[in-house]
Formats: sequence, C-alpha cells, structure tokens
Amino acid sequence: MGDHAHRTVEAVWRIESARLIAGLARTVGDVGLAEDLAQDALVAALEQWPSAGVPDNPGAWLTAVARRRYIDGVRRQVTFERKVAEIGRELAETESPMDEIEFDDHVEDDVLRLIFTTCHPALSRDARVALTLKLVAGLSTEQIARAFLISAPAMAARVTRAKKALADAKVPFEVPVGTELATRFASVLEVVYLIFNEGYAATSGESWTRDELCEEGMRLGRVLAALAPGEPEAHGLVALMELQASRIPARMGRDGEIVTLLHQDRGRWNRLLITRGLAALAKARSLSRSAVSRPYVIQAELAACHARALSAADTDWARIVALYEVLGSLTPSPVIELNRAVAVSMADGPAAALPIIDALAGEPALRAYHLLPSVRGDLLSRLGRHAEARAEFERAAAMTANSRERAHLLRRAAACG
Amino acid sequence: MRVMVLVKATEDSERGNYADHAEEFAAVGRYNEELVRAGIMLAGEGLAPSADGKRVAFSEDGGTRVIDGPFTEAKELVGGFWIWQVSSMEEAVEWLKRAPFKGQTVELRRIQEAADFEGKVPQDILEAESRLRARAAQRQAE
Repeated sequence: MGDHAHRTVEAVWRIESARLIAGLARTVGDVGLAEDLAQDALVAALEQWPSAGVPDNPGAWLTAVARRRYIDGVRRQVTFERKVAEIGRELAETESPMDEIEFDDHVEDDVLRLIFTTCHPALSRDARVALTLKLVAGLSTEQIARAFLISAPAMAARVTRAKKALADAKVPFEVPVGTELATRFASVLEVVYLIFNEGYAATSGESWTRDELCEEGMRLGRVLAALAPGEPEAHGLVALMELQASRIPARMGRDGEIVTLLHQDRGRWNRLLITRGLAALAKARSLSRSAVSRPYVIQAELAACHARALSAADTDWARIVALYEVLGSLTPSPVIELNRAVAVSMADGPAAALPIIDALAGEPALRAYHLLPSVRGDLLSRLGRHAEARAEFERAAAMTANSRERAHLLRRAAACG
Repeated sequence: MRVMVLVKATEDSERGNYADHAEEFAAVGRYNEELVRAGIMLAGEGLAPSADGKRVAFSEDGGTRVIDGPFTEAKELVGGFWIWQVSSMEEAVEWLKRAPFKGQTVELRRIQEAADFEGKVPQDILEAESRLRARAAQRQAE
C-alpha cells in the first residue's frame, strides 16, 4: 500500500473517528464495543481505499461498514436453531436505531457523551488520557505510545484495561446531570490539560516540547468549548493553553537550550495564539456571572499578564501575586505557593520571597520536585549567596528527568562560580 | 502544524455582488461551524474587493509608488483565507475537500515555523526580524 494512501486514511480517521465511535456507542450502549466496530471499519478502509480511492462521504462509508459488522455480530450471537423465530424481530430492533446513525445534530451530543465517558473518574488518570487520545482525538495506539515513551503493546494493554474498567463499572453513555455534572466536567478539563501539559512540560526524554500533544490538547479544548459554550472553565482552559503555547517558539535557544519565561525573546511569541487566548479569556469572563473563582480562568489570567507585558520588566507582578493568592485559596497546593514565591521575588525582591520558599522545605509533595531547589537557587544567587545557590542548582539538576533542563540547571550552577 | 487556505477572488466578489450568493454564504457559514467544532480553525477572513485595495510598488533603488485598486484578473487575487491547525497536510486536504466550493481551485500552504529557517538564514537576521515583530506587537498593544 502506498504511504500516501495510508496517510490519507489516517487523516480521514482523525476527522471522523470521534463522531463514528460516539454514534455507535449510543446505539450499542458500550464504548468498548463501539471502538472495536469502528476499528473494523478502519481496517476495511485501509484495505479498500488505497485501490478504490477515498469515498465521497468517508464518514458515512465507515459508519455503514461498522453497522454491518455489528449486525453480523448480533446474527452470530443468536443461536439459529433456538431463535429462528426471533431473528427477524431482533434484527428489526437493532437495525432501526442503527439506521438513524447519520451526521445529524445529535452526533455532537454523542461526542460530548463520549468525552464524559473516556474521562470518567472510575479510570486512573493515565487510563483517561490514553482512552481520550484514542477514542476522541483519533490517535493510533502507536502514536500515543510514542508520545508517552512506552511500548505500543504496553499502551494497547492500558487501553484494553481502561475499556474493561468502563464496562465493569457499568458507566452509562450519557452526559451526567445534577450535582455529578460539576465533578465530571472537572475531570474532563483535567484530562484535556494533562494532554496539553504532557506536550508542554515534557516530563522526561530528549524533547523539551512535544508540539503534537500540545496541539491535540488545544484542539480538544476548543472542541469542548464548542460543545459546552456556556461553561466559563472550558473557555478558560482554552485561553490558558493558547496563551501558554504562544510561548513555545521562544522556549528554546539557538543550541536547543531552555530559555525561561523572563529571558525569552517576546518577538518570537505567537501573536495569533495570544490574540485567540485573550479572546477566549474575555469570553470566559463574560460568562462568569458569579464571583465564584474558577481555577482555569485564573490560570489563564496569570498567563495573560505575561502575554500582555512587552518585556519581563513591564510585567504586572503585583497582579500576578494577587492572582496566585486567589488560586492558592481556591486549590491550595505547594506548587502554587512556589509560583507565588517567584512572583513575590519579582514584585518585592528575592529577600521577600525566600521565607515562602523555606516554608516549603519539608513539603512531601515537593520532595522530588526539581523546581523547588531551582527557584531557591535563583533567589540565593540574586541575593549574592553564590555558594549556596550553586548547591541548590546542582541538587535540582540531579532531580530532573529532562536532559535539556538538566543542562540548563548545570549551566546556572557553573555560573555561580 | 498550521496551514493557510487561500481562496481566490471571483468576478462577483470583486464587484461586491454578494446578494446573488446568499446560499453559498450560508454553506460556508455551516462549514466554518464544522471547523470550529473540530477545533482546527485558528483564523478566517474574507477580503473586500480590490477596488478598496492598494499596491505599493518598490523600485530597484527602494523608492515607492502607490497603485490604487481595483486590480485586474480576479482569478489571481486572494479573496479570503483560513488558518487551520491540523495534524498533517493530508488532514488539511481532507478538510478542504468538504468545503462547499464549486468551479474554483483552492490552495493549501504550510505555514513556516521557526525550525524551517534554522541553519538557513544567518542568526542575526532572525534576531533582527524577531525584534521587529516585538516592536510591531508593542504598537499593536498600545
């Protein structure tokens, strides 16, 4: 098969698979089975399209093939001898809802149901992320495995276990209602941001950013914002991701070294993403009727402070400190406290920030977090305490799994003399 | 990756005759909605007739001369554009095939990333370009 034909099938799959799987899941009531049927249709497309060409309506073609597989499966399950009389009726029952699978308005609701299902809290975070990338984003198991630096068989096993866990937990294919909606929606937002962050802040390996995961995170966020346009946090998350991603072109220097936010060449920031991010943030604000604080909107506000500043010196650090205080009261976390300390050091100087950092020293959650010694090293070096700073940078370098980051920290240690 | 979709002008779009194309406008509106729902549309705009446009011609010595629109040859003029975020050029092609156009050719171009220039253009030129963009952004923000 031609490589080009294969890439074309893959492209169609990216476009169609979420709606295909979501539509099938509504009919068969089981996301795992729906995905198996859709995969069968994909295999058929890979066999037939390279010679026969891509059909005019590839989505309908894939749906028709998956639908036939389902009916064939039902036929096999029905024991011919015992149920001759029932076949006609059962087939009639299964075929009539199947015939309704078209790309109608309902399909968008189905995609939302699918997202809620793959992001179900019954699954581990890793399982939610893997399943969402596979079923909603249309990535192949191999692509997901590469992104997460594990083997394809291991990723396939993770997806299979996740599907089984959904079936075991009898997770219904629906958008939750009432009090459940808020927590379930938070889980969806979390998964989308985890996908983005896995690309943005690559926790291990050679590559500092993995642009494709970032792009997929942003795309899923936009899909979610379009499906739930009244949710401020959906727009807040889109704003946060787009504003953060706008800095990607400036995060790496000439020799592949890391350039931190304050030293970035702001001319390399992506203006289109900044414009979009600020617009998404404005949308989120306009939807927030109550004063209830929303974590993603606040984080987007933080990112917007940097996006609006023409240089590091122009940054409104006092506002950033205030935003971290709000965020910290809303979702207390030592990492937020660490970030607040950095902002305080910019607003009021390193001496004001050091006590905040020192208070975090015994924090179990930060024991393996390289940014704690890294930030402390930065404050100490700005205070002229070079020997102590050097020890902190070296400690941080030993803690990070990212080779570019380690090089960056060792350079800073060396600069302390 | 990002692509730009370049849609050419037509004689009617050049004349500003939109009234006869209400259905096409509605179809493009529905298509735009699909692109937004899919999360791939970053930007999209239509251009006013070239009668409202200007050209600035630069001579060999850098001198300038302003030419007023309209410009001839509608088929050679850009009438509108999109910027999409896609996973591959094949995905862009598949999306474009779904667009509600008839009787015209629409062009897809990959948008260059900084990585395209690395090692090809002297670093000081890249840095100068970057400073220019920062200043432009500054003016935009003011």
